[in-house]
Amino acid sequence: MSDAPLLEAVGVGVQFTTRTGTVATALDGVDVEVRQGEILALVGESGSGKTTLARTLVGVQRPTSGEVRYEGEALSYSGRAMKALCHEVQMVLQDAAGSLNPRQTVYESVAEGLRIQRRVAEDPEGRTEPELVAAALAEAGLRPPERIFLRYPHELSGGQKQRVLIAGALALRPRLLVADEPVSSLDASIRGEILALLLNLRESLGLGIVVVTHDVGLAWNIADRIAVMYLGRVVECGTTEEVLERPRHPYTQALLSVVPEIEELTPVVLKGEVPDPTRIPGGCRFHPRCPALADGTAAEAGIAESCRTTALPVLAATGDHRVACHLAAEQES
Amino acid sequence: MTDTTPRLSARQIARRRRSVAWRRNWKLFRGHRSGLIGLVILGVFVAIALAAPLLADADGLKVTKATGGVLEAPSSEFWLGTDENGRSVLTMLIWGARISLFVGLLATAISMVIGTIVGLVSGFFEGWTARLLYRLTEWFLVIPFLPLAIILAVVLGRSLVNIAIVIGVTSWPATALLIRSQTLSIKERPYLERARLLGAGRWHRMTRHVLPNVMPMVFANTTLTVAVAILSETTLSFLGLGDPTRISWGSMLEGAFGVGAMTTGSWWYMVPPGICVVLVVLAFTLIGQALEEIFNPRLRSR
Amino acid sequence: MAELLELHDLCVSYQTSEGRLPAVRGVDLVVRAGEVVGIAGESGCGKSTLASTVLRLQPKDAVVEGEVLVAGRDVQTMEWGELRALRWAEAAIVFQGALHSLNPVRRVETQIAEPVRLHEPELSSAAVSARVGELLEQVGLPAARSRVYPHQLSGGQRQRVMIAMALACRPQLIVADEPTTALDVMVQAQILDLMSGLVKDLGVGLLIISHDLSVLADVCDRVAVMYAGRVIELGSAEQVFTSPVHPYAQALSRAFPRVGDVAARYAPAGLGGDPPDPHELPPGCTFAPRCARVIDACTEEEPPLLEVGGRQAACIRAGES
Repeated sequence: MSDAPLLEAVGVGVQFTTRTGTVATALDGVDVEVRQGEILALVGESGSGKTTLARTLVGVQRPTSGEVRYEGEALSYSGRAMKALCHEVQMVLQDAAGSLNPRQTVYESVAEGLRIQRRVAEDPEGRTEPELVAAALAEAGLRPPERIFLRYPHELSGGQKQRVLIAGALALRPRLLVADEPVSSLDASIRGEILALLLNLRESLGLGIVVVTHDVGLAWNIADRIAVMYLGRVVECGTTEEVLERPRHPYTQALLSVVPEIEELTPVVLKGEVPDPTRIPGGCRFHPRCPALADGTAAEAGIAESCRTTALPVLAATGDHRVACHLAAEQES
Repeated sequence: MTDTTPRLSARQIARRRRSVAWRRNWKLFRGHRSGLIGLVILGVFVAIALAAPLLADADGLKVTKATGGVLEAPSSEFWLGTDENGRSVLTMLIWGARISLFVGLLATAISMVIGTIVGLVSGFFEGWTARLLYRLTEWFLVIPFLPLAIILAVVLGRSLVNIAIVIGVTSWPATALLIRSQTLSIKERPYLERARLLGAGRWHRMTRHVLPNVMPMVFANTTLTVAVAILSETTLSFLGLGDPTRISWGSMLEGAFGVGAMTTGSWWYMVPPGICVVLVVLAFTLIGQALEEIFNPRLRSR
Repeated sequence: MAELLELHDLCVSYQTSEGRLPAVRGVDLVVRAGEVVGIAGESGCGKSTLASTVLRLQPKDAVVEGEVLVAGRDVQTMEWGELRALRWAEAAIVFQGALHSLNPVRRVETQIAEPVRLHEPELSSAAVSARVGELLEQVGLPAARSRVYPHQLSGGQRQRVMIAMALACRPQLIVADEPTTALDVMVQAQILDLMSGLVKDLGVGLLIISHDLSVLADVCDRVAVMYAGRVIELGSAEQVFTSPVHPYAQALSRAFPRVGDVAARYAPAGLGGDPPDPHELPPGCTFAPRCARVIDACTEEEPPLLEVGGRQAACIRAGES
């Protein structure tokens, strides 16, 4: 892994205006970075903005503020620049079943990227299109690839569909892969295989991977670093061990406590649900549901007022364990 | 990768996929008894239309060459009797099949082309062009068919192609609306987003992803449109707007009505063309319904 | 404790053009009052089919053999009138996909009131409203949220509405089919808390069906793991989740790694292959083709549930360490 980030989001904000005129803030200032060969997990619930962030990183969503940089240079959203970016950063979408055109065979789905980008002519080894498609399918674990060429999506199992999508992304030889909930629609026993595939791709191809997920267990399985998101901001980030074994933000702590696989933590079930992105609470955006504020811990530390009124700065994306929380900051000092 | 499996070229793969798809669809269609009946009926009429020169003498259509008496009942010489000019009704029926089918198909082709383009564009694009096209579609839809068709026929003049144009121009909105709604729903599907991620531009997305997924429903709808087009042609000819130099089933009905076939009891002049129209329209409708069930899995009975 | 639900050798198969397709192949299960039993399994294992037979809601082409006893009476052979009275008043179902199970054009309070009106037609409007209010309180929804339409509620709130509807006629048995799928982790925890709270307060029996073993581990007393139409492991939730003995249950449990478990770091555990095709079930143990510990004897005969270490497992090698 080299040290310079391959892809980074700097102060990225994304706002959507609905037809009625209300403004929904999906992302409200996010700094993340991914290096070559690194696996970053974006963890959060619905409304956290993790999928929007993934789409922004890939260039499909234009940020309303801030910028996304690839290899240090800000993305230009011109047609040609976007096409060039397809070679470098690829994304595997959330709905595996719906992401494949039902009227295209596996072969055509995987070859599509090659055809649009006219990659076959540029292949350094001079391979033909079927050979490139077979190579991509084999890399995604579908062997022998020729046997699956003429199958249609409805004839494939969930795991196979996911692999075909990954193959389609790999065919363009990207350096970074963004996977949005790669295993959430798959049976539990198949999850491990797909996750193992992602790890394998990091090993064999040196890919950097960004995984968007709501499942901390998945992050524990394969991620090097984690960014926990809540309502459009990163609230805690660091290495997987740091964030999941020694969480410092009350939200991360609550999230981990309700995961049934951990018996040591007493479950902290938060009240209510994630607020509407059109009405983000003032001060610390988590304060209305924060157990530390509710049970008086914050008041004891003397920062209860700050929780309600003082907004927190955007967390920097660099490696060490950082937390966007007044209480944590207070406890540190 | 094994070396024992033969390496296929991209074209061979595509060809194989097409033949597999055809065979599968044909197998599904064969399972629909009503669809097959429709296909058989249509086949008979198409055969009659194509083989018209072999089945009936073209001269029989010319008034000057008519050999029969006026409104003769069916006999061994004239199986379906004669019209008011002494022409064999059977000959007119056989040759009329050509006209009715031709106009119906041409009108449908015009309607489908316009409807598909307008529907696709108004569904896929977002700007004011799309909105304009949609308003245009709605506007055309609201205008009553018959008055518009009559006005257009009068303006354009009475010829076969003009009738086809009239019908095509007045029936495209229904197709456009159907395709537009299909396009709108398909546009949101994840595989469109995936195409975007792979670098596909709007044209590619529209033609390679939306259109192929819209076409099956459209195809089924087309056959139903042909049925309507033939009916429309019959109506317009009956009203006297058809090509005066050509015999079609509609013009036969016009003629029959004109000589008061009902009151004189000359059923052989009026009933056969009416039955033919009904049969052909029925055939297309049955085929269309069978196709709809094949291409729209949700309509299939479990 | 009263036995609310008893399944005796339940077999369900679907009548298709290619013959009989087995979905459930001999399941025995008991749910008592005040008890929470979970059925875990992946797609195609037959758990949803099983759930549908409890209230005789299985599809028309399903053939049911064996007994489904609700409060001692066989649901499958009941008279229609008796079944109608039983449905909702003695046993109720909370369906999965709450968004699609609620009528989008009727207000939530009307929908909750519906079963009440159907089963107790003599109640006045005021009494019905009072009951609806009571139910909403039980599921933790403020009364103000009842006059809205389903699309105005969040996923978690809709699921609460489904639970309120299930409780409307005070059933003794509740079957919850994938109650937390598609919900956020935190909302999931809230709903599970709510359900176990209701079991404690009302003394109902709860049968939860889920593909997520970790969800069941938290809230159930006993868990049955299904594979290819049969129960292959049955024991207390603790046993089945933390120390399963059947190879499939082990694989399922390993799929949800424990955060903090160093062995799971960079080592996702998966299970190769696909679930068996019900058209062609493998001979002997249906899991044998994918099992790492398979021996010749496994393919000879399908193993029955054997007692192993305080729980039951359908594996001839379960007792070995």
